Amino acid sequence: MTISTAPAPLAAEAPVTAAPPRGNRLGSWLIFVMVALYFLVPLAATFYWSLRAEKGVLSFEAYRRLFADTNFLPAFTESIVNAVIAIFLSLLIIVPTAYWVTLRLPWLRPVVEFISLLPFVVPAVVLVFALIRLYSRPPLLLTATYGSSRVVLVCAYAALSFPYMFRSVDNGLRAMDVRSLTEAAQGLGANWATILVEVIFPNLRVALLSGALLTFAIVIGELTIALFMAQHTLGPYMANLTRAKVYEPSAMAVVAFAITWAAMGMIAYISRERKGT
Amino acid sequence: MGGAKRPPQSGLGQWFGVLPFFVFSGLFLIAPTLVLAYRSFESLEGGLTLTNYRELTTELVLGAYGMSIRISLTTALLGGLIGFFLAWAVSLGGLPRPFRSITTTFSGVASNFAGVPLAAAFIFTLGRVGLVTALFKLLGLDLYAEGFSLYSYLGLTLVYLYFQIPLMVLVILPALDGLKRDWREAAENLGATPGQYWRHVALPVLLPSILGTMILLFGNSFGAHATAYALTGGMFNLATLLIGQQISGDVLHNPGLGYAVAMGMVIIMGLSILIYSILQRRSERWLG
Repeated sequence: MTISTAPAPLAAEAPVTAAPPRGNRLGSWLIFVMVALYFLVPLAATFYWSLRAEKGVLSFEAYRRLFADTNFLPAFTESIVNAVIAIFLSLLIIVPTAYWVTLRLPWLRPVVEFISLLPFVVPAVVLVFALIRLYSRPPLLLTATYGSSRVVLVCAYAALSFPYMFRSVDNGLRAMDVRSLTEAAQGLGANWATILVEVIFPNLRVALLSGALLTFAIVIGELTIALFMAQHTLGPYMANLTRAKVYEPSAMAVVAFAITWAAMGMIAYISRERKGT
Repeated sequence: MGGAKRPPQSGLGQWFGVLPFFVFSGLFLIAPTLVLAYRSFESLEGGLTLTNYRELTTELVLGAYGMSIRISLTTALLGGLIGFFLAWAVSLGGLPRPFRSITTTFSGVASNFAGVPLAAAFIFTLGRVGLVTALFKLLGLDLYAEGFSLYSYLGLTLVYLYFQIPLMVLVILPALDGLKRDWREAAENLGATPGQYWRHVALPVLLPSILGTMILLFGNSFGAHATAYALTGGMFNLATLLIGQQISGDVLHNPGLGYAVAMGMVIIMGLSILIYSILQRRSERWLG
């Protein structure tokens, strides 16, 4: 898989520096404009194509056709459901783990960090065949039906989100005083479940949302695992569309870009919001 | 931790919070990978063998690894350099403030834009009927007649840079922020020119970060599958695509070899992540 990064934790304000000499600034503009061109031209070209489905006029016909395609909405819905379940699964696993590692088992931290980074070491294309090999034969016939394959797919997505989720939650925990909060809550008679749900979760809101949105952006159009597990999700649908149609793929790429932009924009927004308070 | 009540101290209770993590990772990350490693020693007829690993040196496999390595090296170097200069431009280079947040937010988007939509966007730009291809034709330059193809080393490199540059920007910006103003002032007070400051102070401090991130970019490109698949339909000799062709393909069907190629990939990815984290830790000494 490709490594993704949320802009949020890195969008911190730059330290104030003295204004650099004029020559530098000219160079900066030059670099910025050239790189911007490289990044914007493909988007502009794709958008232009997406408006040309009707001969002679610019129209949103390609988008209409895309949304009218009977396979599109089911694939889209299925991907959204998969993403949401994977996010909740990942949160349910990572939050207690990060909390426990911070508070009770600090010596386990390197082990947990290492394991959470495994999705970078085992690329999706390797992981999917590993999962198929393990779960496609007796006694574990998990890939026998579409539904049970889907369970494996969602679990794989949750695992893929571990590097991002763990880092996000861990950063969030470091930013607050977990120990004092826990002790205070215990002093008031709260049990562990209550502490996690009523004290830790609310304080981690920004971290959890960032991790969730990033996971969503990664999982929603995921191709590799879904493809080899023969799932009818958005990724394989888009890959087929790219091969089969002329104008619809451009509309689809624009929609996909908008979704990614929305997810990343929300991450940037909530982290800035937080900093303001 | 003071006199507060603690969760159960002994036995399983101690592990209660981390148990789901280990069970889940075991089931969906570790066990599958170990099984794959084991199966990579299995021959087509069953029984253990080293044949699969011997076949890694055949022309087909070496070609696939070679192409993957070439593309990864090029995009790591180019992506690293361009990303570094862009990060420098928006942080220290004197561009107005908003450019920095635009760049980081856009980088977050672009680094997540990999896969089918990215491939599609480049097909519409530089494919046979792409917009830029058409513009060049108007100017009298037929890119495809000149030997250019989006479905080649050069084409994939151009596409991969779209997620490599943003990753470099996002990872290297904090390192650039870590350069202390005092160092620059100290250097200037001692009579250093900006060039000398960069050569003798800033670059040596940044170098582990830059190298580490470039190695991360190498792994990032090496393991990329979706973008290449969407672009070429899986019909290109690239390590990630070869795995799919060998394990699930109809033409070249040899799962054992596919598993061996996959394990080779895991080793290369593991090494690049390892070197990245070592270098990153080193740079934290100065830039932490």
